Amino acid sequence: MRPAFFFKEALRSIRRNPIPSFAAIASMLVTLLVLGVFIPMVQATTGAANTVRGRVLLDVYMQRDATSSDLERVRRRIADDTPHVKKVEFVSKAQAYREESKNNPEAYRLLGSNPLPDTFRVTPDDPDNIGGILDSLAPRNTQGHRQVVDQSIDIVRNKKNETDKILTVTKLVKWAMVILTSLLVIASILLVSNTIRLSLFARRREVEVMKLVGATDWFIRWPFMIEGVALGALGGLVAVLMLAVGKIALIDPLSKDFALIAAPRTMPFFALTALLLVASIAVSAAGSGLSLRRFLRV
Amino acid sequence: MAATETQRQPIALPGRESAGEADPNAVIQFRGVSKTYESGDVGLEDATFSISGGEFVFIVGQTGSGKSTIMRLLLKEHEATKGRIVVAGRELSEIEHKKVPYYRRNLGVVFQDFKLLPNRTVYDNVAYALQVTGRSRKEIRAKVPDILRLTGLATKLHNYPDQLSGGEQQRVSVARAFVNHPPLLLADEPTGNLDPETSIGIMQLLYRINRTGTTVLVATHDSHMVDRMRRRVIELERGRIVRDEADAMYGRREPSTAEFGALMRGEPAPEPQRLAKDPFDEVDEAWR
Repeated sequence: MRPAFFFKEALRSIRRNPIPSFAAIASMLVTLLVLGVFIPMVQATTGAANTVRGRVLLDVYMQRDATSSDLERVRRRIADDTPHVKKVEFVSKAQAYREESKNNPEAYRLLGSNPLPDTFRVTPDDPDNIGGILDSLAPRNTQGHRQVVDQSIDIVRNKKNETDKILTVTKLVKWAMVILTSLLVIASILLVSNTIRLSLFARRREVEVMKLVGATDWFIRWPFMIEGVALGALGGLVAVLMLAVGKIALIDPLSKDFALIAAPRTMPFFALTALLLVASIAVSAAGSGLSLRRFLRV
Repeated sequence: MAATETQRQPIALPGRESAGEADPNAVIQFRGVSKTYESGDVGLEDATFSISGGEFVFIVGQTGSGKSTIMRLLLKEHEATKGRIVVAGRELSEIEHKKVPYYRRNLGVVFQDFKLLPNRTVYDNVAYALQVTGRSRKEIRAKVPDILRLTGLATKLHNYPDQLSGGEQQRVSVARAFVNHPPLLLADEPTGNLDPETSIGIMQLLYRINRTGTTVLVATHDSHMVDRMRRRVIELERGRIVRDEADAMYGRREPSTAEFGALMRGEPAPEPQRLAKDPFDEVDEAWR
């Protein structure tokens, strides 16, 4: 009897207040649409930024006359004794020659012999730590020149300009995304909570009367919360439908033609819509329940 | 009905009643109740009175004299700053916040501005008072049309409040207040927004409710009504009780012969007594 009564009350309220109900649905719909477009965009952008950051490498060039025991010693030193190293890749002279002559066949044909040294390609665990690795493999001496830690190492080098650029730009992009996302989330919560607040404020007298007649807080709250959940879910559902249409009509054909759009990893569509729906329902339920509290103090 | 008439005899005067003594018949007891609002305004000061079951009592006084404060205290919308309020044997200050709704179900309340739910029909407004108490749909379907017939609204069941006249809205409000058959009915300026003719209808309704044994407490400044009904009157002035008489008029008056006799015999009779000296007395007399 009672749950049925509460549902009926909620329905009656939606029917009798069509404009506030519409406003609640519309604000939820707009918010979710924006979030639904923005979240994959943020993910794609940070994904792209991370891919770029993954290219940050450190090359350790060996002396031309390094023996295999030298190689083994240096490898162990980099892999075991240097902090923040994620991966060490050995590129032998022959391998390097093959790679480079593929990039620039004519120049290497002219050379005749292989001028390239053995190389260790070091990947840091975090691109920001690349300076630390450089410092521990080739610390600066008192004059400010770099001095390698092992005789058989010729030079340690990262592609300085490139690395710095990559690090600055990707950091900027990431921070911009964090700030934009938080602003958007704050705006959405304010928008939705304000809509709820307004529609409740218009009905505060109703709540007051209910309390004076002897209704308990929850007796009043249930229909309001059911109403909030129904409106939130409705807005969320419409938003998800529109997002799905947009995805099928616009994104999917594009991603078939251009690998670029599909390249960055984004969250699967189903997970995204589920997240949006759950968020819309939770926010509207909590919003109407909490906003009501102020008016229940009669 | 006759019993309720005779019950209204011994009326305690403020200050006369010894503090610990409880009137077993009393539905409402105020003992030294003061209410100071947060703004510093005094709503009620040291009010002591008791109202027995089945009484019909007017609380009169100008705006701001404390009538509404008494109503709000009884509804437990506000807490008394000082003193004790006992309703039907229960200390109001001891009712915890969560139990307030259950306490309120024992009261019927009628307001000056009707306080109907605008989104519900007449029927649903009255039914809501039963729904909050968890009554079955069957019971509601049986009771609501009955009470609406009693209040003369049988043809307006499915109208919304804004389709009714003021008098009809107030009838709905009375119906809602009485549908639970509460032992106590509070009416705060029930005729304040109504024309005199309509007011009489509402008062008749309240009178009829009183005759079923329900204690009725009406706050009003409608002097015609009070004078015509000749019921007990408690008068307030700036938060203080200045008069408490049975069978009184709205204005102050000389003691009746019977009361005078009782006074002479030393009986604790309802005594028309001024508690505060008022320099405007003579002006009032001249107006009368």
